[in-house]
Amino acid sequence: MANKLISQMGLPLPIANVFAARSIITAKDALSIPESDLMALLDLGRDQVASAVARISEITCPPYQTVLSLMEDRRTSGCHGGRLPTLLKGLDEALGGGIPPGLLTELVGPSGIGKTQFCLKLSLIAALPTCYGGLNGRVIYIDTESKFSSRRIIEIGENSFPQIFQTEGMAQEMAGRIVVLRPASLSEFTQSLEKIKLSLIQREVNLLIIDSMAGLISGNPRENESCTRGSRQQPLGWTLSFLKSVAEFSRIPIVVTNQVRGQSTEAFHYPFEGLGGNDNVTSERLESHLVAALGIQWAHAVTIRLVLEAHSGQRYIKVAKSPYSPPLAFPFIVDSSGIVPLSDDGIELTGQEISTIRFQVQPI
Amino acid sequence: MLSEEQALRHISTGSGDLDSILGGGIHCKEVTEIGGVPGIGKTQLGIQLAINVQIPYDFGGLGGKAIYIDTEGSFMAERAYQIAEASILDTFDNFGCQLKEIPEKLKAESFLANIFYFRICSYTEQIALINYLDQFLVEHKDVKIVIIDSVTFHFRQDFDDLALRTRVLGGMSQKLMNLAKKFSLSVVLMNQVTTKFTEGSFHLTLALGDSWSHSCTNRVILYWNGNDRYAYLDKSPYLRPASVHFSVTGKGIRDATSQCKRVRMM
Repeated sequence: MANKLISQMGLPLPIANVFAARSIITAKDALSIPESDLMALLDLGRDQVASAVARISEITCPPYQTVLSLMEDRRTSGCHGGRLPTLLKGLDEALGGGIPPGLLTELVGPSGIGKTQFCLKLSLIAALPTCYGGLNGRVIYIDTESKFSSRRIIEIGENSFPQIFQTEGMAQEMAGRIVVLRPASLSEFTQSLEKIKLSLIQREVNLLIIDSMAGLISGNPRENESCTRGSRQQPLGWTLSFLKSVAEFSRIPIVVTNQVRGQSTEAFHYPFEGLGGNDNVTSERLESHLVAALGIQWAHAVTIRLVLEAHSGQRYIKVAKSPYSPPLAFPFIVDSSGIVPLSDDGIELTGQEISTIRFQVQPI
Repeated sequence: MLSEEQALRHISTGSGDLDSILGGGIHCKEVTEIGGVPGIGKTQLGIQLAINVQIPYDFGGLGGKAIYIDTEGSFMAERAYQIAEASILDTFDNFGCQLKEIPEKLKAESFLANIFYFRICSYTEQIALINYLDQFLVEHKDVKIVIIDSVTFHFRQDFDDLALRTRVLGGMSQKLMNLAKKFSLSVVLMNQVTTKFTEGSFHLTLALGDSWSHSCTNRVILYWNGNDRYAYLDKSPYLRPASVHFSVTGKGIRDATSQCKRVRMM
């Protein structure tokens, strides 16, 4: 939409010529300039600029939909509305059927907690035929830390779905539906995404997994607004927009994993909150916890955040951020069949506890 | 006369306590900014307002329609349905009605049909839409609220020239203020947060910079206080700063249920 050409918008010819003469070719060029600047640049009167901008805006503006028709669309797009079931019953219920399509779902947790295991199992579920609850499609697995293991996929398959995997050749076929890409740098990553864009548009892929995102973005993104100098120094920001647009037009679930880090640059309070009261208690408690990497800008951009943590000898997967779900935590273990829930009922957590990440080493 | 009276009404947020620090609710003819960390409830509040604006005039509402501009893709229609159902039932409860047969226009589906949803994928589209709203609102005079969730997202990463960004944002906020006044509706803008290093430590602050912070008439910051969600009225032309405890439930935004809720005047 932003790249629509001004020359094709039906503006009066003399006006269109003036825009072209000043190298204002696309809608993006025209609308990025404040109207007062346009008046000076094009040497046109206020009314002429206003009506030209109104016309450009009308054409560039995306169409609307009522929320009712939005809901009806979602209902008709496949079983569970195109969602990917995780086969953890309680979690699927909390998410309204499974991991939703068209937005970014993040899995964040300390290393070794089970993020990759979860991704491997999700890849398998997406590859499975629909009669077994799968999406019967191909999966693209972007593996930035060389953690993908075909042997482990087959082990999970044989233990979780023995009846399917006993069939001759099934294991190979399922594994064959998962395409693994191993970009070594951020630029290779974006190149890979560009290449698979075509497959995504043609609806050949049902799931995209990026394991892990934090591995690609080097160093801490600078969070102070006044430091922002544009896309070259903000690889995170640019990658975010790109991923979100991929999610939008492909309408498939996208799962991204993230790491954790210590809290040195984390802020928790606004200036108006002052000091004292129960702030000290809060900050003490929070200081012993880890935080998700990639910063607050990333945290705003993902729509669903699933936190994996371990404490009191138990591992939990928590729905920390979701427009649709209550804040629930589900205990789980990892065994030969992947991630296994210990209970279908989630524990409801209040307040910020749902987002905290703890990692206490379990005795083996 | 009726539209004058309508303009004086406020849009309830769903929480009586929150409404009271706002002077009755979200005001028409004004731009209100709502900021907060991810997961605090900005989208939830946005959806609640898109539903509550539709509460019929006879039940104390504005009976208007809503425009929801989604720049992040976080809007979920199923959640809007949940919130609509709960809001309708609560409205009947409050008025002591026991309607055996709910009329068609008071069903959740009708409420969803009255929300115009735009999905914006770039700042160009965002600017284009805000320009286009002038025409759209002439054709849809019953819209009483425009929600942009969030106004920040596309401006935060895609704009290379910061000075230009400030001017474009300034132009945009002026246009929104004009729309609010011209069509007697509320404009509600969701903003993200960022960290700022001042006075030796990191603090949270709303995104888009200092010049943007002058653009909105009212500002509400949603924040965590221990395990509770609070809202702080940070800026208002005539109300004093105050904070209040509220909650996000399956029904939407509601008063906090704990016993120690309190309204604190700063």
